[in-house]
Amino acid sequence: MRTLLLRRVGHAALVVAGVVCLTFLLARRLPGDEAVTATGARATKEQLAAARERLGLDDALPVQLWHYLTGLLHGDLGTSLHTRQPVLDDLRRALPASLELVGAAMVLAVLVGLPLGVLGARFARRGTDLAVRTGSMLLVSVPVFWLALALQLLLATKLGWFPVAGEYDRSLDSSSPLTVFTNVTALDALVTGNWTVLGSTLHHLVLPAVVVAAYPIGVVAQMTRAALIEESQQDHVRMERALGFRPLEILLRFSLRPAIGPVLTLLALVFAYTLVNSVLVEAIFNWPGMGTYTADAIRSVDTPAIAGVTLVVALVYVVGNLAVDLAQILIDPRARQR
Amino acid sequence: MSAVLPVARLRSLARRDVLATIAAVALAVIVLAALLAPWLSPYPADGTSATHPADSLLGPTGSHWMGTDAVGRDVLTRILYGARTSLLIVAAVLAISAFAGVLLGCIAGYAGGWVGDVIMRVTDVFLAFPALLLSLALAVILRPGVGTAIIAIAATWWPWYARLSCAAAQAVRGRAYVDSARCLGLPRWRIVLEHVLPNSLTPVIVQLSLDAGGVILTAAALSYLGLGAVEPTSEWGLMVQQGQESFTTEWWVVTFPGLAILVTAFCFNMLGEGLRQALDPRRVIR
Repeated sequence: MRTLLLRRVGHAALVVAGVVCLTFLLARRLPGDEAVTATGARATKEQLAAARERLGLDDALPVQLWHYLTGLLHGDLGTSLHTRQPVLDDLRRALPASLELVGAAMVLAVLVGLPLGVLGARFARRGTDLAVRTGSMLLVSVPVFWLALALQLLLATKLGWFPVAGEYDRSLDSSSPLTVFTNVTALDALVTGNWTVLGSTLHHLVLPAVVVAAYPIGVVAQMTRAALIEESQQDHVRMERALGFRPLEILLRFSLRPAIGPVLTLLALVFAYTLVNSVLVEAIFNWPGMGTYTADAIRSVDTPAIAGVTLVVALVYVVGNLAVDLAQILIDPRARQR
Repeated sequence: MSAVLPVARLRSLARRDVLATIAAVALAVIVLAALLAPWLSPYPADGTSATHPADSLLGPTGSHWMGTDAVGRDVLTRILYGARTSLLIVAAVLAISAFAGVLLGCIAGYAGGWVGDVIMRVTDVFLAFPALLLSLALAVILRPGVGTAIIAIAATWWPWYARLSCAAAQAVRGRAYVDSARCLGLPRWRIVLEHVLPNSLTPVIVQLSLDAGGVILTAAALSYLGLGAVEPTSEWGLMVQQGQESFTTEWWVVTFPGLAILVTAFCFNMLGEGLRQALDPRRVIR
């Protein structure tokens, strides 16, 4: 088992190395000249040349890659062109807000998607199942930016049930100021017992979280349904039926547990996908996370910021996959035999 | 061909899987509408750069069923022409990525050894990026346009096909008929082309139909972010982006193109799901 674990970790390390190299090449090919940014638009030719020299932009590619790598090890992702801050600092502020949003969406995905999948499997091939299949497929197929615009117009602008945009009501900052620990506003408010800000945050969170959750809910419902239907063809189900258990009881007590593994594995993949999807949603709701940051970076052709986001999300993805695989090797004896 | 697409099985499934059948018919209609856009659309010139400032942002009426956009172009016409753009992108992306992926995967799976290792490790690196993310970064490098969207999305999509066909090729490598082909002295490229490749086609076809919806959504997302198709091309994601400023008052400019994306992606996904169940030999049709 140890060699299996080590081999899996080694493989992940190899992929990380490849990801770093690919991001480096992307960053070098991205438009936008760091020397121009460093010196300002009105710099003379000599100043530009000096800046290029200082930034090492004239060095051979392998030398540049070496500088990039050593920089990364010191946490240096470069300086953003549009915020003029180190990219790492920007991300440290933006990532928690995104994780708050995507985390809420994943909770919704499990709370709504799982029961939907069970419902579909229980009434397989009947009307209810048809509705579950259609509904979950619609959720998977909807363009999230369009859903965001539509829900914002209907539920926020027209009906006024939810706030149009923002993370929480900023006017509360004077009456009940928030102490920031983690930058996850809901968590900070909860820990410090700041109930007004917590309420405001949750209220603001509903619309963007529902939009971001659309895809995960659909995927989880589909996977759960498929896994349960496949599991229902197993011999133990025939046994349980013969013993007189009711269909729903068989599903929940006996079939769900062996079938749930692949669904949970999938959640890790969906998490990264959803993190990227937030690029299309956050800007619409003015949510101060990585999606808004990326959308701004794209608009201002901000090379270091785009490269930084690409690297960080890819790393989150690789590490997430690794964690799921390792957990499975440790928990599930069947996974060790592969 | 019947070895790849079991026609009888498909026909029996059409009767059982109503949703997939409806989706297939709807897709046929969408493809036809795209092909016949110049003849079907009420104002063919509006599909490209024509402008009618006097007709700006008219609501849906008898002469403009879906209203007009900010420069007075008929929204219905632009949606029909947008179908051409979307289907072109889907076809090109899937063709490129399936070709490259299947070729690399078969080589990796059949050759094995260090060649296979190198190919599959590169594949793993590309798979470490969520599709939209890498497409975004690539699209920023290239100049926005339909061609850019195709290249950027294809670059993120081929690894899936490589992984699929690598597994399929590995599965047949040790089979007797491949061994005998080798003993007969067939050159390697012929063995790969004639004996390894056909066996990896069924999973690839299923994957193609499952992926089409995802490609539509990614392409729409790229143009929505201003990195895909650009004016005056008709593209659904671009139309949503252009209409969102005036969405509160002129709902039709955003609503109809969004619905077009939703319906097309939905049909592709439904059809893909149905095909997967029909063609997956492990799955029992009930």
